[in-house]
Amino acid sequence: MDEVPPRKTKTITDQAAENITRVEELAYELKVDVVMSRDAKEASPNMKMGEVLDIFRQARISGAPVISQDELVGIISIEDIIRCLRQNDLDSPVSAYMSTKLFTVRQTDPVVEALKTLVHTKVGRLPVVDDTGKLVGIITKGDINRGLLKALQHDYQEEEIRRYRASHLFEDIVSGRTSLILRYVIKPRDFTHGGSASSYIKRALLRLGASPQIARRCGIAVYEAEMNLIIHADHGGIIRVEIEPHQITIEATDDGPGIQDVELAMKPGFSTATEEVREQGFGAGMGLVNIARCVNEMKLDSTLGKGTRLKIKIFLEAQEAFGEVSAFQKERT
Amino acid sequence: MTLQEIIDQLDLTVLTHPKDFTEMTPSSGYCSDLLSCVMAGSKHGGIWVTLQAHNNIVAVAALLDLCAIIVTESAVPEPATIAKANEEGVTILATPEPNFVTAGKLWELGLRGE
Repeated sequence: MDEVPPRKTKTITDQAAENITRVEELAYELKVDVVMSRDAKEASPNMKMGEVLDIFRQARISGAPVISQDELVGIISIEDIIRCLRQNDLDSPVSAYMSTKLFTVRQTDPVVEALKTLVHTKVGRLPVVDDTGKLVGIITKGDINRGLLKALQHDYQEEEIRRYRASHLFEDIVSGRTSLILRYVIKPRDFTHGGSASSYIKRALLRLGASPQIARRCGIAVYEAEMNLIIHADHGGIIRVEIEPHQITIEATDDGPGIQDVELAMKPGFSTATEEVREQGFGAGMGLVNIARCVNEMKLDSTLGKGTRLKIKIFLEAQEAFGEVSAFQKERT
Repeated sequence: MTLQEIIDQLDLTVLTHPKDFTEMTPSSGYCSDLLSCVMAGSKHGGIWVTLQAHNNIVAVAALLDLCAIIVTESAVPEPATIAKANEEGVTILATPEPNFVTAGKLWELGLRGE
């Protein structure tokens, strides 16, 4: 007796799960009926192969379902026509050449099911059926590619819309002083998430309509402040960003250990980072210097044993300001 | 010079999702293993040569809008780092050559610091 090989199952590890791309995600999210071709050209079992050839040529398709009395009975493809041409047999009926071994997919299935079937059976197209088994369309790898690309494009447009909405925030809200406050808790020694607060802040600024230069300057300043909290602060700290139409204020605070000599800490190349941290490329002694370079105002207060508070400001030129100055503010100036 | 030409000439391995590298033209080059120095010295749209391969290189490249990172001496980033790079749209390339040789080759191809 033949031994049945153990079924190969693949467990997705957390690591692998992180590697799943947006395209793969979409293959699970999108349903077959979203990407399939409707109104597929149909053939009948009694049609001559020559006629099918003409249909394929005119419609520029390479396969069609064969329908008899509203029932799906087979599928005819360009390969079948080639076989037929070899025999010089174009007057034969479709029924002589069609394949009747049918692999179908349901319209409510995720696209990934259609992909699996296409790969396993090596067929070029799958008839799509509804719950009653009635043909509703045809799906090919080309349809799937187009569908995925369209969905990706849609994702991109959604980001554009988000940006558009966010960029109107400051115009739409009328107050004497509108500001948006973002707050991030930074954990000590959390190098894995190092740079995430700064990435989020940069993205938020871009969505709000900040210029790439402003977003980059802010990103760099916050990154250095964030890494300082990760590397040095006993219990990590808090980054608070206040966005106003004309300025961005960033505060990074922690509760220790504090800086012994603030002036020395500001010197390029001075660092108290451990050897281990330096090996990772941190602790170049350039963090505070970089922050100073990127911002318009910088204030560093520190008490040894108590903690450190860094407050920085980036001013926006009139043409860079978020939104237009609201009517209320105009009235008062 | 396009990023594709650089990848071909330096025989670099593309670790992140492929993009149309023929459409990407790096503005300049920068070489350092100290992240804050890169923050200070690398121009946006540039290529960064480093032997650091941990996940913070992605944050640095994303914040600076770098064109690509070349990780040297066959250093291998963690899968999570590659995933993060794909998410942020950062391109990571790899080479067995050291920083010095890589920077030298880029210079020969006409890439400059400014």
